[in-house]
Amino acid sequence: MSCREVDIGVCQEQDLDKGIADNASDLRSVGFHFQRIISELFPRSFSLFFNVFGQVELLPETRAFFQGAIFQKHHDFSTLGSNNTSRGGDEQKETISVTFVSKDGEEIPIQVPIGTSMLEAAHQNDMELEGACEGSLACSTCHVIVMDMEHYNKLEEPSDEENDMLDLAFGLTETSRLGCQIIARPELDGIRLAIPAATRNFAVDGYVAKPH
Amino acid sequence: MAIFGARRVLWRSFSTISSHPLRVCIVGSGPAGFYTAEKILKTHQGSQVDIIDRLPTPYGLVRSGVAPDHPETKNVINQFSRVAQNGRCSFMGNVALGYSISLVELRELYHVVVLAYGAESDRVVGIPGEDLKGVHSAREFVWWYNGHPDGRNLDPDLKNTDTAVILGQGNVALDVARILLRPTSELAITDIASHALTALEQSSIRKVYLVGRRGPVQAACTAKELREVLGIKDLYIHIKETDLKITPADEEEMKNSRIHRRIYELLSKAATAGPSQPSSGQRELHFVFFRQPDRFLESYDKKGYVSGVHLEKTTLKGIGSGKQIAIGTGQFENLSCGIVLKSIGYKSVPVDDLPFDNQKGVVPNVKGRVLSDNSGDPTSIENGLYVCGWLKRGPTGIIATNLYCAEETVASLSEDLELGVLASTTRLPKLGRDGLLQILDNRNVRVVPFSAWERIDKEEKRLGSLRNKPREKLTSWEELLKVAGSE
Repeated sequence: MSCREVDIGVCQEQDLDKGIADNASDLRSVGFHFQRIISELFPRSFSLFFNVFGQVELLPETRAFFQGAIFQKHHDFSTLGSNNTSRGGDEQKETISVTFVSKDGEEIPIQVPIGTSMLEAAHQNDMELEGACEGSLACSTCHVIVMDMEHYNKLEEPSDEENDMLDLAFGLTETSRLGCQIIARPELDGIRLAIPAATRNFAVDGYVAKPH
Repeated sequence: MAIFGARRVLWRSFSTISSHPLRVCIVGSGPAGFYTAEKILKTHQGSQVDIIDRLPTPYGLVRSGVAPDHPETKNVINQFSRVAQNGRCSFMGNVALGYSISLVELRELYHVVVLAYGAESDRVVGIPGEDLKGVHSAREFVWWYNGHPDGRNLDPDLKNTDTAVILGQGNVALDVARILLRPTSELAITDIASHALTALEQSSIRKVYLVGRRGPVQAACTAKELREVLGIKDLYIHIKETDLKITPADEEEMKNSRIHRRIYELLSKAATAGPSQPSSGQRELHFVFFRQPDRFLESYDKKGYVSGVHLEKTTLKGIGSGKQIAIGTGQFENLSCGIVLKSIGYKSVPVDDLPFDNQKGVVPNVKGRVLSDNSGDPTSIENGLYVCGWLKRGPTGIIATNLYCAEETVASLSEDLELGVLASTTRLPKLGRDGLLQILDNRNVRVVPFSAWERIDKEEKRLGSLRNKPREKLTSWEELLKVAGSE
């Protein structure tokens, strides 16, 4: 599979979403070089996302990580960031079981490392969950439906910003959340998330004109 | 999002049934065009997809519509860029349908043509004085501050007045209000066009009125944008408390719509939250409800220039299915201003040989399949011609709406291929990309391929880095084509 056809982005860690970048172009050239190497060695097993507009600031240790990561055995980048600094180079991560139910009803059980968002997890497992704004609370395309109330109630209340985006989600339900805002924690083990079937809900007659 | 974990093999091998690779041309490179391209590339593995756009730059309204202070909304460009870089996809900028190439020619060159060129014109209010100087469409104003090459010469006068009136209360109206009222120091680090930043820095506008025909329950904006404009630093917000009175019909509307409920709550809170008078020198934002424009008033001192809007008070009337419309009450008042921005909706533009519904401003279609006329007769279908995005649905929705719109159109296309509806064309090879490039070359059209856009992109980012902006947009056709063409 050629480099172009592999889905490549940069892991969307919460830590990455702060600040305005400097050295964005440095980062990008490192990133692209890095992406090409990784994709040739490990074609489909993980994804990296870069915000190419340079609105992302990487912590120095994160940047060093990118430069050094080629040598690291475990390539699950969701372990980036402060959640796991205490582990240092420890390669055993805690994970939880998550089952995604695709638009066609297919059940896909996966293991999601603690600290990873459901959007990242879906992308790392090649699942069809859109993430147009790449986890920055500026769209509703990663909308998922939590399939049981027990797990839904364990989630923290959505922020105003998340609720604003949920307003616009297609096929919104009582237990809908944005996948980029659900972060894996031990209490969520066993959570089941349905990816809404969009076409079923599209352009229903009598629908109030949608904003833009 | 080019996800290749495809578990559905149903359509995948279809293009190998006909021995010729499926050649598709998509007109328009905004969200509708790119989501359509992505779906077709994924669903039809042998297909070749070309995306043409009349601008040298891709991405449609993501580049020229989304406000400069909303960079995260533009992140979707990364996904679209990956689609354009797919080996079976070719972006061709500076190619205008109806000018560089006709629709008839495209349908000859390709098995399938998908029109996704959106809406580049405006709904008119249709009242006297609409052509007075100082009355602009919000679309043009947005093009102007976003550096669209066709918006550069708008040159709105922001120095003759302290008051701007915006007709409409949708998200575009709120964007315009916010750009007029935000401290320019905050705008200076965005990708706003520098000619606009300069004009805004010299602007004397201190009061903005957002005028809607109906009430706060019917306001067309969404929560994020409303919250943002209400949160502008040191801005006096005025909402008449009497406008917040709701009727049983309003309650019914809110019961059925989460968005409207939350908007109403935000407006209610804002009405009582701040001080009852602005402090001296403070900028002001006024939400005016239940007023429709009757005519634009001409200035006595400056002939030909707008000096205000003559507004008629309205009341709401139910027209069934929970909908309420505004009707005039015969009571009028004037609102003085030096500039008016009409934000009442975009409108699509027809091209030759394309069936078009002038009333609705869309191409007649059924699930994206273009119909031969406006009669609605579902059996008179234009084979091989499809439509997606605003041109299909009208100018409403958000970026993500096109995701679902594209899914529907591509599902129709795939079904047509499967059922052999397009067999008469797919049986034949089509010239596709090579044929198009040949014709364009003969006509001396300078095609801007994706790699040339990348040169523009790089240059804009470089210029931006000199001014602490994410990019400094090139805003003239000459500059864009020059950088595109340079090695």
